[in-house]
Amino acid sequence: MPEVRIKDHWREQRMFDRRALTVGALMALATLGLIARLILLQVVRHEYYSDLSQGNRVRTEPIPAARGLILDRNGEVVASNQPAYQLELVPEEVPNIRDTLTRLAALGLLRREEVDELRRTIAVSRSFDSVPIRLHMSDDDVARFAVRRFEFQGVDIKTRQTRWYPNGDLAVHALGYVGAISEEDLKHIDRAAYAGTALIGKLGVESTYEEQLHGKNGYREVLVNAQGRSVERQGAYQPILRTRAPSAGEDALLSIDLKLQRAAEGALAGHRGAVVALDPTNGDVLALVSLPGFDPNMFARGITSAEYGALANDIDRPLFNRALRGTYPSGSTIKPVLGLAALTDHAIAADTKVFCNAVYYLPGSAHVWRADKDEPRGWLDLPEAISRSSDVYFYRLASTLGIDRIASFLEPFGYGQPTGIDIGGEKPGLLPSPDWKRKAFKRPEDQTWFPGETVNIGIGQGYLLVTPLQLAHISGILAERGRGFHPRVVKGMRDADGHVSWLPAVADAPIKGVSAADWAVVIDAMVGTTHCTRYCGTAWVAFKGAAYEAAGKTGTAQVYTVAQNAKYNANTVAERLRDHAWFIAFAPADAPRIAVAVLVENAGFGSMSAAPVARKVLDAYLLDADGKLKPAPAAPAPVAPPIPAAPPAAAPSVTTAANHT
Amino acid sequence: MIYEELPYGSRTRRTLTGAARVLFALKIDGPLTVGLAIISVFGLIVLYSASGQSMPTVLRTVARLALGTVAMLLLARVNPNFLRRSTPWLYAAGVLLLLIVAAAGHTGLGATRWLNLGLFRFQPSELMKLAVPMVCAWYLQERPLPPSTVSLLAMAGLILLPVGLVAIEPDLGTAALIAVAGALVIVLAGLRLRVIFALLGLLAAGAWFGWSFMHDYQRKRVLTFLNPQTDPLGAGYHIIQSQIAIGSGGVFGKGWMNGSQAQLEFLPERSTDFVFAVVGEEFGLLGLLLLLSFYLFVAGRAIYLATQTQDTFARLLAGSIALTFFVYVLINAGMVTGLLPVVGVPLPLVSYGGSSVVTLLAGFGILMALYSRRKLVGS
Repeated sequence: MPEVRIKDHWREQRMFDRRALTVGALMALATLGLIARLILLQVVRHEYYSDLSQGNRVRTEPIPAARGLILDRNGEVVASNQPAYQLELVPEEVPNIRDTLTRLAALGLLRREEVDELRRTIAVSRSFDSVPIRLHMSDDDVARFAVRRFEFQGVDIKTRQTRWYPNGDLAVHALGYVGAISEEDLKHIDRAAYAGTALIGKLGVESTYEEQLHGKNGYREVLVNAQGRSVERQGAYQPILRTRAPSAGEDALLSIDLKLQRAAEGALAGHRGAVVALDPTNGDVLALVSLPGFDPNMFARGITSAEYGALANDIDRPLFNRALRGTYPSGSTIKPVLGLAALTDHAIAADTKVFCNAVYYLPGSAHVWRADKDEPRGWLDLPEAISRSSDVYFYRLASTLGIDRIASFLEPFGYGQPTGIDIGGEKPGLLPSPDWKRKAFKRPEDQTWFPGETVNIGIGQGYLLVTPLQLAHISGILAERGRGFHPRVVKGMRDADGHVSWLPAVADAPIKGVSAADWAVVIDAMVGTTHCTRYCGTAWVAFKGAAYEAAGKTGTAQVYTVAQNAKYNANTVAERLRDHAWFIAFAPADAPRIAVAVLVENAGFGSMSAAPVARKVLDAYLLDADGKLKPAPAAPAPVAPPIPAAPPAAAPSVTTAANHT
Repeated sequence: MIYEELPYGSRTRRTLTGAARVLFALKIDGPLTVGLAIISVFGLIVLYSASGQSMPTVLRTVARLALGTVAMLLLARVNPNFLRRSTPWLYAAGVLLLLIVAAAGHTGLGATRWLNLGLFRFQPSELMKLAVPMVCAWYLQERPLPPSTVSLLAMAGLILLPVGLVAIEPDLGTAALIAVAGALVIVLAGLRLRVIFALLGLLAAGAWFGWSFMHDYQRKRVLTFLNPQTDPLGAGYHIIQSQIAIGSGGVFGKGWMNGSQAQLEFLPERSTDFVFAVVGEEFGLLGLLLLLSFYLFVAGRAIYLATQTQDTFARLLAGSIALTFFVYVLINAGMVTGLLPVVGVPLPLVSYGGSSVVTLLAGFGILMALYSRRKLVGS
C-alpha cells in the first residue's frame, strides 16, 4: 500500500521560509561577488581603465606650420605659400561614386584614366574623411565646377596651403623645390614633427634650410567617437582638450638678386649652360643659373609620372644642375692661375718672351700638340699669352712647372674641392696629380703619370674638371687677390617676429706667397683680354664700350662624351660634340664688386658665346638705368628687406565667391 | 483597526495616513512601490544620459512604465482565486502564441519574436515569464510537497515546452529566464537539496565536457548563438568597452552625461543591455552600490511578502517572482562586468525597450494581489 502523503501546510510554510532564506542568502553571496568584481574594476584597476578610456576618445590632430618664405636680397618674393583650391569628395555623402567621378571627368575636371585609381583610393578611405580627388584647380576649373555644384552631392572645393613659386623656373636650381614626402625622406626626418605636413624641401635652398623653413607644427586634441569621427562635443560631454599653436617657419633671405638672375637667364636663354655670379668681397651668390630649368610648381602641386618622365628623359636634362654638378674641363680659364704659379715660383718672368708657332712637341716625343687657327704666333710674353690665350706658351709653361708644382699651387684655389656653398649637391671637380692617378686607376700601366698629361693641364684639358660654381669662386679669388669666401645663397634667416639673424661670411684660407706685383701682372693680363690696345684680347669684341674695366678670361672645353640619357641622333649629337664655351670675369677690375663664370655647352669658342653673356650680367649688375656705373655701395651693412604682405588666408568657401562669377 | 487610532495627527501624519489608506484600498504594498519608483526614476535619469540626451527615448520609457503601472494596479486588485483558475488557460494561450510565432518564423519571415497586433507588437515570450511560474505553482498547489518524481517530470515538461519554443526563436536569454522562473518554483517547493546539487553537478559536468571538446571557432559560435546581436567579428568588443567604462568610472564616476565611453558611443548597447556600465562610468562605484541596494531592498521586500502569503500557490508564485527579479539583476550585472557570457538580459526597470518593463510590473502586481488577499487569521 503506497504511503498516502497528506499536505501539511505548517510544514510546507516552514520549508518555504527555509528555502526562501537559503536562496536569498545565495543571491546575497552572488551580490558580494559582484561587488568584489566592481571594486576590482573601479578601484584596483581604475587607472588602467582610465588610460584606455582616454586613448579611446582623444585623437591628436596636427596643425601644420606655415612654411617660411624665400625672399631675394631686395625683398622680392621667390617662394611663398598660397591657398590652392582642390576638389574633395566625402564618400558617405556621395550617392554613386562611380557615376559622380565619371560626370566630373565629362566636365573636364578629372582625367578619364584617373577614375579607376581614384575609386580605389576612395574605397580604402574612411567614409567620412574628405578625399582629395583633384589638386590645384585653376580659377577656370573652380568656376566650371561652381556652376554645376548642385549636381555633385558630397563633392566640394576645399583650400589648403601649398608652395608657390611666382617666378616659375627662375633660379630653380638655386631654390630647389618642395615635393611630396617620399619614403626615402621619411628615413631622415622626425615623423612626429612632420605629421600633417605634406611637402618637404627636395633640393637647393628648400632642402638645405628645410629645418628652419619648415617651422614647428602645432597640434590640436580632438574628441572622437567610436567611429573615429571627430565630434565637437557629444551630449553634455566636453573634456579639456589641449591645443598648441604652430610656430611658422623662418623666412630665408637670399643673397641672390632676382633682377640680376633674370638678366643672366635672359642672356643665356636658348642655350644649355650655367652662370654663377658672386660678390667676391663676401661670397654672396648674386645669380645662379643652370639652363634649361623646370617649373618647381609642378612638384609642389604633385607632379604626374608623365610630367616627370618627360623631364627626366629630356635630352637637354633640365633637372641637371649644371652650375653645381656639371663638371667640365676648365679650358683656358686656367691660364691666369698657371701664370700666377709660374711667376710665384720664378719659373718665368713677366716679360720673358717665348716663340710660339702653333705647334708644340715634348722633347724626345713624336706627339704633336697643335693649337687652333686663331693661335697667336711669334714672340709672346706672359700678359699677351694670357690675353690672347696662347696654347703653345702654356704647353711649355706647364711642362716647365711640372705637375707637382702645378697641383700644389692650384689646390688652394679650390680646384678639385667643393667650394663649401651652403646649398647641397655640389661636385668637387677633379684636380689630377700623379698621386691621384695612382689611387684612381686599378691597372698598374694606367697608374703612371705621363709628361704629356702635364702638357694638357697647361690649357685646362685632360683629367682636370671644374664646375661653373668653382670657376666663379676662383674668379672671385683672383678678383680679391687671393682672398676667397665660401659662396652662399642664403644671407640670413628671419623668424616669425621679424628678427633677422645674418649668417656670417665664411672666409677660405687665403692664398699665400703671391706678391702684389705678380697679382697685378695677371689681373692686368685679364683686363687685356677684354681690351684691344697693344694687341687685341680674345674677348675685346664682347666688351667694346664697357662703362667699367672688366678682367676676364675665355676658355674652350673639349667634349668627348655624349651626355647620359641621350638618344643617338646624328644632327643633335653633332651639335652636342661641339666644344663648351667658358668665360670668367670680374669687374670693376680695380675694386671688384662681382665675379662671374659663364658656361655655354656646345657653343664653340668662349669669346663668341660665353663672353657676351658675361658682359650682359656685369652690365645688369654694375650699371644704372642710364648705362652709367653705379657708385660703389658705401658700407655694405646688410639691411633686411621689407616684409611682403602676408599671403591671403585660405578662403573658407570658394564656391560662394565663384558663384558671383 | 489600526488607522482609526490616529484621528488627530500632525498634517504630515494625516497625509501619510491618507496615503496608506489609498494604498490599502488599491491593494498596493507601500515599501515595494516606493522601491520600484526609486529605481524607475533613477533609471530614467540614467537613460536620458545613456541615450545621448534623447527625450523621446525617455518619454517612450515613461509611457511603458505607465502601462506597466496600470497593469500592476489592475493585477493587484484581481482576486488570487481568479488568477489560480485562469492559470491553465493563460499558459495554454501562451504556448499557442509561441507556436504561431514559430510557424511565422518557418514560413520564411525570418527569425522573429513578435506578434503584430496592429496597435502594438506583442512578445509572447514575455507572457511566458509569468505564465510558467504560475502554471508550476498551480500544478503543485494541491500536491504534497516536496514534489514527487512524477510531479517533477510533469513540471519539467511544462517548463521545457515554452522554453524550447522561445529558444528556437532564437532568444536564449529569455528562454533561460523563463526556465529560471519555473525552476525557482520547484526549488521553493522543497525539491530535495541532493537532487538540486546532483542536477547542477550534471549540468556543469556536461557543459564543461562539451566545452572542452569544442574548437575555438565552435566556442565562438556558441557564444554568438547565445547572443545573436553580438557582431561575430567583434567578439569581446562589447565586454572590453563595458569594462573600460566601468573601470574608468572609479569610485565617484565621471558625472552625469560625462561618461566618454557612453557619450561617444564606444559602449555598445549603452541604453539597453549595457546600461549598467553607464551607471558605473558616470556615477562610479558609489552609484552602482546605491542601485544594487535599491534592487536588494525591492527583492528583499518581495521575498518578505511572499513568506507572508498563506497558501501554496501564492507562496510559490510570489517567491518565484521576487527571486526572478533579482536573478535578472545578477545576470545582467554579471555579463556587463565580464563575469558571465554576454546573453541578452536587460537590467530591470533601467534598460530601455521591450515589453519587459510591463511584464515585470505586472508580476509585482500579481505578487501584491497574492499578499493583500491573505486571510488575516490570527493577526
